[in-house]
Amino acid sequence: MAGKKTPFVQFVEVQKTYDGEILVVKDLNLDIQAGEFVTMLGPSGSGKTTCLMMLAGFETPTEGTIMLGGRELNHVPPHKRGIGMVFQNYALFPHMTVAENLAFPLQVRKMSKSDTEAKVQRALDMVELGAFGGRRPGQLSGGQQQRVALARALVFEPDLVLMDEPLGALDKNLREQMQYEIKHIHEQLGMTVVYVTHDQSEALTMSDRIAVFNDGKIQQLAPPPDLYERPDNAFVAAFIGENNRLRGTVKEVNGTGCTVDVDGHIIQALSIGHEGVGSRTTLSLRPERVMLDPAPGSMPNVFDATVEELIYLGDHIRTRVSTCGDDEFIVKVPNSHAKASLSRGQKVQVGWALDDCRALDA
Amino acid sequence: MAEAVQGSGPSPTAPKQMTMADGTPLKVALARATRRSKIRALLLVAPLLVFILITFIFPIVDMLMRSIDNPEVNEAIPLTVAELDRWDGEGMPPSAVFSAFVQEMGDRSDEQRRNLGRMGARLNYEDGGFRSLVNKSQRAAAKIQDAPLQFALVGFDKGWEDKKTWPTLDTLAETADFADVLPTTAEQLRAWETGSSPFAEKVPGAETFSTILSELATAAGNGSLDRLLPVIKAENKKLATLIEKTGAQAGDIEANPLRYALMGVDKAWGQPDTWKTIKNVSSPVTASYYLNAVDRTYDSDGNIVMQPEWKQIYVHLFMKTIYVSLGVTLACLILAYPISYLLATLPSSKGNLLLILVLLPFWTSLLVRTTSWIVLLQTQGVINDTLVFLGLISDDNRIEMIYNMTGTIIAMTHILLPFMVLPMYSVMKTISPSYMRAARSLGANPLIAFVRVYMPQTVPGIGAGSILVFILAIGYYITPALVGGQDGQLISNFIAYHMQKSLNWGLAAALGTVLLSGVLVLYWLYDRLVGIDNMKLG
Repeated sequence: MAGKKTPFVQFVEVQKTYDGEILVVKDLNLDIQAGEFVTMLGPSGSGKTTCLMMLAGFETPTEGTIMLGGRELNHVPPHKRGIGMVFQNYALFPHMTVAENLAFPLQVRKMSKSDTEAKVQRALDMVELGAFGGRRPGQLSGGQQQRVALARALVFEPDLVLMDEPLGALDKNLREQMQYEIKHIHEQLGMTVVYVTHDQSEALTMSDRIAVFNDGKIQQLAPPPDLYERPDNAFVAAFIGENNRLRGTVKEVNGTGCTVDVDGHIIQALSIGHEGVGSRTTLSLRPERVMLDPAPGSMPNVFDATVEELIYLGDHIRTRVSTCGDDEFIVKVPNSHAKASLSRGQKVQVGWALDDCRALDA
Repeated sequence: MAEAVQGSGPSPTAPKQMTMADGTPLKVALARATRRSKIRALLLVAPLLVFILITFIFPIVDMLMRSIDNPEVNEAIPLTVAELDRWDGEGMPPSAVFSAFVQEMGDRSDEQRRNLGRMGARLNYEDGGFRSLVNKSQRAAAKIQDAPLQFALVGFDKGWEDKKTWPTLDTLAETADFADVLPTTAEQLRAWETGSSPFAEKVPGAETFSTILSELATAAGNGSLDRLLPVIKAENKKLATLIEKTGAQAGDIEANPLRYALMGVDKAWGQPDTWKTIKNVSSPVTASYYLNAVDRTYDSDGNIVMQPEWKQIYVHLFMKTIYVSLGVTLACLILAYPISYLLATLPSSKGNLLLILVLLPFWTSLLVRTTSWIVLLQTQGVINDTLVFLGLISDDNRIEMIYNMTGTIIAMTHILLPFMVLPMYSVMKTISPSYMRAARSLGANPLIAFVRVYMPQTVPGIGAGSILVFILAIGYYITPALVGGQDGQLISNFIAYHMQKSLNWGLAAALGTVLLSGVLVLYWLYDRLVGIDNMKLG
């Protein structure tokens, strides 16, 4: 996908089962370029953490190989992989001070004392905790502990850093702040990061590319805008962002477009993932791409709708309407003067462009 | 409310005391509001508090008291003790001591006899032999009281109750010299009816003894006795010697009749050391039980000296107990660490099964567990039989594994193992596996990760388990008693011995207190080194 350079991390046909009955990871192929920030996103139980653990060396693939920098990793023990890792619960050693925690990876690499001290201090300064070296992890707040964990994973300058839901335990504000910090550190140091999360906004904010996992498989691997704008299948469309789903049957396919019969309404859509004429399909449509009362003729899809519910959200009004046999159809109406006068039960028209409506798998 | 608003308004510099709406100070109101719940809390803990007070605190205080309490001598012979206090310890005690002593010893009331019995037992701890001394003196004292001078003379020399002495004197009383020198004696002897029949009285009445004593004193004083002696010598040489000797001491005997009388009961009463010992143990509190517990004692001058070598057992025993406890603790630690690690890291279904196996011994009687070790370890036991069967040892060289220290250590280690496993397990259970993973991912090989990251986090469990096992081991009784044989006995077996057999409760209490303070010192040390807050018992 990204040129002919050999990828830095490669999963080649990796399979993993714990109990010999259920495949937790199915036939996984994933290439990650050096310096890339790749996020594995998916609901819990989708196999993303297992992939990370296999990469870190705490789990072994049942089949297939994992390569790092051209070297096969399968039989390399974790401590020889040189991969930094940030754990979900930080895993800071409680009996050591912050500085000792950071010095640990350097000490086991037999680095000289003065070098160790200098590097520890630099790493602490990087996460803006320069004065906290003498504290114990228990004396730090959650956000500070998170930064220490990050500094510890980076202090020995690994080429690859793995992060396993590192921000899961933080509150919302701190989480957003840390997202930017991690992103900036990544930009600054240029290491490769594999990040695991189940929080889609986190994934969208930080990543170069996102691998959406479900059911042990990568559903789509794409940069954040592509993922949002052009989901490959119904799962990705539903998992990333809000999404109106209309179920129907494919009537006709012409080039990139197709017409779909939804409850008697004929809708023009992009042909992406359905199985041809006569097959069932799910139409995916972002709520903010739907226009209320479009100018006649400006859009190929215009339908009558009834306003069912209005929720005031400040910058926009979330409007639930019933249309095309679906009464969960959401329209985000920008909070401008022109559209301020909707009321419940009002008859309106909804319309959208062909490009914004994607006919995916059923 | 209105007040509060006013208070904050005009004078913000002087903080007004916070009050409720009705004007009561906030603190008073708070105390009133919480009083009811405090009383309720107190009532909830009251049964346990009372129980602990009665079954734990009170016995411990009682034991502490008993180890220094020393009432026996003071209760039995208070007047004598008062007189002894006035004695400076030089030479023999004054006669007042003896008269008080004989009076108190001669009291044959039940209560006094019981008191004297206890005193004898108490004195016996200082010097074996005191018990029989007190017993026989007690019987004699009652008689001495009735005829002190008679017993004084007999006590001075047994010759005075020789069956030949008085009949001979009776014969001599007829002579002029005798009547001249000892006139009243002669008179009384002439009046005394004796005969040659074997059943006739051989000793005259008590008054004759006092008469002859006072007359001998006078005669010896004015030299007239010298006239009489040749006459007696002609009749009986031995008697002459007796008269001469008695005459020389007659003044002293008359002045201290009870002393001589008691010396007649036992020579020990004539030795100052006997009285010093009584004086030493007469104080209402004593350190002698503690001295005894560390193989020391008072000499008769009140200095602290080592016990004679054959009585030095407790220091050695304490050291042995500590070494055995340390050994058992170490053995438990070595055995329990891997088990606890396994328990803590296994999936909980298997872990719980193993935990039940660890706990199983808890549900089995201590006695059963100990005796099953006897079955296993004895010379004709399962292990020896197996070794002989396998040809590893010959039938004549069966290994002695029980009724000695080996047996004690093996059985105690087995019995105390769960006390080490449980605290360690509970600590290890809380150590997230992600610490080890983090250490591995940071580049530490499994060994370094274990030693530098895992082990330091188990220290609270090691500490709690070790201190628990050590404290239990140091006071262990039943197992050493059953499988310890001769040299596997520990200090608690001796405490039990003194409680049950020798009835020396003072020494038992002192030994127990030394043990208790040793444990407290250890506890303090542990607190200083590791911190009690870090101890986790589950």
